[in-house]
Order: sequence, then C-alpha cells, then structure tokens
Amino acid sequence: MNGKFIDKLTDVALWLDRRLHLTKLWETTAGHHVPKSSGSWFYTFGSMTLLCFVIQIVTGIALALIYIPSAAEAYRSLEYLNYQQPLGWFLRALHYWGSLCMVVIMVLHMAQVFLWGAYKYPRELTWISGVVLLFLTLGLAFSGQVLRFDTDSYWGIGIGAAILGRIPFVGAQLVDVLLGGPIIGSDTLSRFFALHVFVLPGGLLALLSIHLRLVLSKGINEYPKPGVQVRRRTYDAEYEEMVHKDGVPFVPDAINKDLVANGILLVVMVLLAIFLGPNGPHTPGDPTQIISEAKPDYPFLWLLSAAALLPNGSEVMLFMVFPLIATIILFALPFISNEGEKSWRRRPIAVITVILVFLTVTMLTYAGLTGPWSPRMEAWTSDASKPEFIKARTPLELQGALVLQDKQCRNCHAIGGLGGQRGPDLSAVGTRLTAPQLVRQVIQGGGNMPAYGKNLSPEETRALVAYLVSLRPPNTAPAQEAIGPLKAQKEPTNKAAQADSTGSKSSKDLATTDQR
Amino acid sequence: MSSHESQQPPLGPEAKRYSTRRDFLLQLGVVLNTIAALMIGLPIVGFIFSTLIKRTPRVWVSLGPVSQYPEGVTRLKSYDTPYRRAVDGPTGIINCWVRRVTDDKFKIFAANCTHLGCPVRWFEESQLFLCPCHGGAFYADGEHAAGPPPRGLYEYDYKVEKGELMIKGGVLPTLANPG
Repeated sequence: MNGKFIDKLTDVALWLDRRLHLTKLWETTAGHHVPKSSGSWFYTFGSMTLLCFVIQIVTGIALALIYIPSAAEAYRSLEYLNYQQPLGWFLRALHYWGSLCMVVIMVLHMAQVFLWGAYKYPRELTWISGVVLLFLTLGLAFSGQVLRFDTDSYWGIGIGAAILGRIPFVGAQLVDVLLGGPIIGSDTLSRFFALHVFVLPGGLLALLSIHLRLVLSKGINEYPKPGVQVRRRTYDAEYEEMVHKDGVPFVPDAINKDLVANGILLVVMVLLAIFLGPNGPHTPGDPTQIISEAKPDYPFLWLLSAAALLPNGSEVMLFMVFPLIATIILFALPFISNEGEKSWRRRPIAVITVILVFLTVTMLTYAGLTGPWSPRMEAWTSDASKPEFIKARTPLELQGALVLQDKQCRNCHAIGGLGGQRGPDLSAVGTRLTAPQLVRQVIQGGGNMPAYGKNLSPEETRALVAYLVSLRPPNTAPAQEAIGPLKAQKEPTNKAAQADSTGSKSSKDLATTDQR
Repeated sequence: MSSHESQQPPLGPEAKRYSTRRDFLLQLGVVLNTIAALMIGLPIVGFIFSTLIKRTPRVWVSLGPVSQYPEGVTRLKSYDTPYRRAVDGPTGIINCWVRRVTDDKFKIFAANCTHLGCPVRWFEESQLFLCPCHGGAFYADGEHAAGPPPRGLYEYDYKVEKGELMIKGGVLPTLANPG
C-alpha cells in the first residue's frame, strides 16, 4: 500500500519534470558547477546584496499599503506607520536599514570583485551590468529619501534642482522634468514615488536577471592565484577544465558560507531595525519653516561634504565632470585591463585605489556628519563665554566683546572652542593679526568672511578690534607687522593697539604670519 | 505528420511568389507596429514631459498691503503659490524675504540660496543673510558677501498696485531660471 503510494507520487513527479524540465533547470541554475576555490567568505557579498534587495521589495510592498504619495498626506501617513499601524515602525526601520545595508554591501561586493580581478575576461558584461545596478540602487536610495517628505527630503529635492539648474543650456528644462511642475510640490513627490516603486525596481530586476544570467553562463570567478595570468586565447578552456576536474555543485556544496553570511546579515538588519528604529520622519517638509538644514542620507553625505570643501566655483566639476569621468572609467575598466594578473597580491595600484577611495568617502561622510563648514545659527545666543576671555579687560575691550556677540561673529568663529567652525577660532587671534590687519579683515572681509564695513560704526570697529587684539594666551605678545621688528615696535599703529600694552617687550623678533 | 505539414514550398519561379507574399506581410507587420508604437509612445512621452511642452510662467502674486513693511527692515513673508492645489499641502506656501528700501522701492528675495538652494536666514544685527548648508553669506541688498554661492540672492520682480505689493512668483528659482 505504502510502496504503491510512493510509486504513484514518483510518477507524478516524473510527469511534472517531463513537462516543466525542472531537473534541467536545477542543473543549469542552483545546481550548476562552480570552481571549488570560489566557496570563499569573500564571495558572499553578492548574495548578501541580493538578500537586501529581496527585503527591500517585501518591506516596500508592505509599506505601500499605508503610505500616501501626496505632499499633503505623505508625512502624516509616515507618522501613522510609526505610531498607529501595528509593526509599521518595524517595517519602516527594516526598509531604511536594509537600504543602507544594500548600498554598503553592494559597494563592498564591487570592491571585492575589483580586487579579485573578476571583472576581467570573460566577465566584462557582468561588471558593466553591476555598475548599472549600482546606479539604480543609488537612485532608489535618493528617491526613497524623497518619499520621507520631511525637511531633509524637501530641501534635498531643492539641492537636486539647484544642481540640475547649473547644467548649461538644458538646466531649466531638466529642473522642470525633475519637479514635474514649477515648484516642489505634490507632482514632484508623485514623480519620485513612480520612480521609487515602479521604474527603478523594475529596471533593477531586469538588470539583475542579466547579471545573474551572466554569472551562470560565464561562470563565477575562481579564487585567483598570484602569478596566474588571464589570457583571452586560453582562459575559457582552462576554466572549463577547472570546473570539470575540481568543480562542485553550487547547491549544496558551495552555498554554505553564503547561507551563514546571509543569516548573520539578516539578524544584524533586524537588530538595527529594532534598536535604532526608523529614520524620521523629522520635521515636516514645510518651506515656511525657515529654520531647517538639509542633510542627505548617509549614501550622499560625502557629496555634500565635497561641495562644501572644494574651492568655490568647482560645483560644475563636482556634479557634472566628475560623475561623467567616474562613469566612463567604471564602464571602460574591464576593457582597459582585460587580461593579466587577477590576484590583488600582484596588483598594488588596484589595492591603493580601493584604499584611497574608501578613505576619501569615509572621511567625507564623517565630515558631512559634523558639518564644520556650516555657520552655527544659534551659537551667538546659546554658546557660553568662558571667563578667561572676559576677565581683566578694559571697558573698551568689553564693549568690543559685546559687539562680537551682537554681530553674530560667533556663528562662524569659535572662542575657546565654543561657537561655529566656519571661520578660524579667535581664542588667540591677537597673536596672529595686528590691529590694522584686523581692521582691514573686519571692514573689507575676505576669504570666506563677509565685509562688515557697512554694519559697524567706527566706534564699534575700534572696540571690536581692541577686544580681538586682547585675545591672546597669557604671556604672549601681540602680533606685529612682518616688516622689521624694531620699526614695528616703535610705532604702534593705532589707538586700539595702544590700549593693549600687556605684551612682553622681549618679543621683538616675533615674526607673525598673516592668517589669510 | 500530415501531408499538409510536409508540403514544401515549390522551387523555381513559384518560390519567388511565395517569398514576396511573406516578405510583404512581414514588412506590413513591421510598418503597422511602428505606427502603433508611435501612436502609443508619443502621447506617453508627451505626458511625462508635459512640463517641457507647456512651461508654467511666473505670475503676479499679492504680498499684502505695503503698509505692513516698515522702511529699512527685512521681513519674512509667506505667500500661496498661484498654482497651488489641495494635494500640495504645506509645500504650496513659499517664503520670501521682503526689504522695503524706501517708500515704493523694494528688494524681494527668494529664500533659496544660489549655491545649492538651501533656505537662507536673515540676521538683523549683522545685516546678513546666512545659509546653513555651506555657509554662503549675502548682504542686506542681496549681493554675495562670502562663501560658495556664485551670485547674489534671486530677486522677484515686483510692483505696487493700489497700495498692495505684488511679486512675480510661483516658480522655483535656479541658476538656469533665476527669474
């Protein structure tokens, strides 16, 4: 009876297999043979990126059940998700941390593929489809940030529009296409919604099938041995022999490390979501709230930092020329270096490139988090004045300290480490600049400082400069003109400098440098 | 196999007649489908890029009576954008900085910094507009004072009609379309 049943079941299975060709499908996909050496921990980033994407799709579909893509409703629907919809906060958190994981792991995957030479012959298209996948993923990260529709997202679109508006000839048209209307409004949000849930994921799925198809048809890269060269004439035969002689089926023999890595990743993502929670929404995307700073999400912070740190006027370079060159290099890479050594142990320039790129992006991201180039808008009213910068000052100098406070100097200039970081810390400015130099800097501005000539009365300027000259550590001399110690000592240049006479006389030869 | 299936196309002069007919149908099919694709595709492209075909112009918007703006003072003013719809929610109300220079001379600036579009803030005491993003600074008259912005603040066209201040607004200013 039992044996008969199993026989019947086998018959059904065989019938199904003859119709659906499942065995054949298995042999050419999950069960395909891979070089034994490719079962490495370093080769798990690809499947981890895929896992992130699957999580994004599942959580994304769930969130779309509640989210309302309208400028009037989006923010409220996110608050509803956070606070009222059961587990809404968890899915939002998982979607957010999942997106970050996806970007980070995808970049790691890319670096690994680059260092292990997997982009070389015959896997050029696998690399190129991967580059397109990276762009699509970054597009998803940006459009996802827009859907949050809080302050960061509203002004983030504004920054996007301002960047497009810099493109010559077609800038205005591109801004219109981005916004879908004359201002940032509901049409803009709908546009990004369509991109985020239809266009980009659809494109990503299409590219992903090509990417995986190429991984199957061209085979996964063997773990490169230092000294073994890739040659177009011989590689295909060598690879086939390697897989034939020393190959194992991907499932079950090579998937074990992928499974472990993905299990850990899944746990990490869930823990991140539970303990760090969803990102925002922060204050609503309301343009009448003037007190707002736009900060993009992590994947784009480094660009913001670069925009702040590069010299003025290099925006066209940063936002147009650099991405163009980077894209060309990424696409051309497998053709520029198509053959030869694969192992990173014999490719020092590749290793240095990866280290430099990672260091640059990490440091810029860190700088973006602290944002020292931004004036601290509330510093002039909220930051304390330490006693050592006030004590034992003349009435004129104290008046100057008031001018410094009232004219919001501290939004850009810290004193004793308290205040903005945009300009230099003024704690010891008296040792760097002479009174006439300070007058010139305050009145005319220069560097990144506005000119205060119109906003300060001569009395205010005199008091301010007197105070600035007094800002010196104990027992240090005031700055002197670098024209010759004796001459500078003889003629104090104005009353403000005269008022300050506490400098030691023995510092005649103290040459000072102009800080600008 | 039926005899019908196994029938081979005749050779010789007959073959030409067959292939011509097949070729004709193939060509007809390609042409028909191209026309159909254009008939469907062009409206879709036109729909998506409609903002390019019919670009929205700036129009006159009221900022209220001039009497609420004291001379020599810079004030923040919000206005309903002319193209506002209910779904736009809070985004349909835009800020601008209004400075009454003298009697009927005004300077009206967009809140968007000319560097990357962040909202600039006015500081009465130092008479400066400061941008929180990258530290751009502008003087009271909108001129560039310091930092990365490539030009002064964007200014709105304005007119005073029957004691009411009007500006030409409703479009996000950018370097390509400063207004």
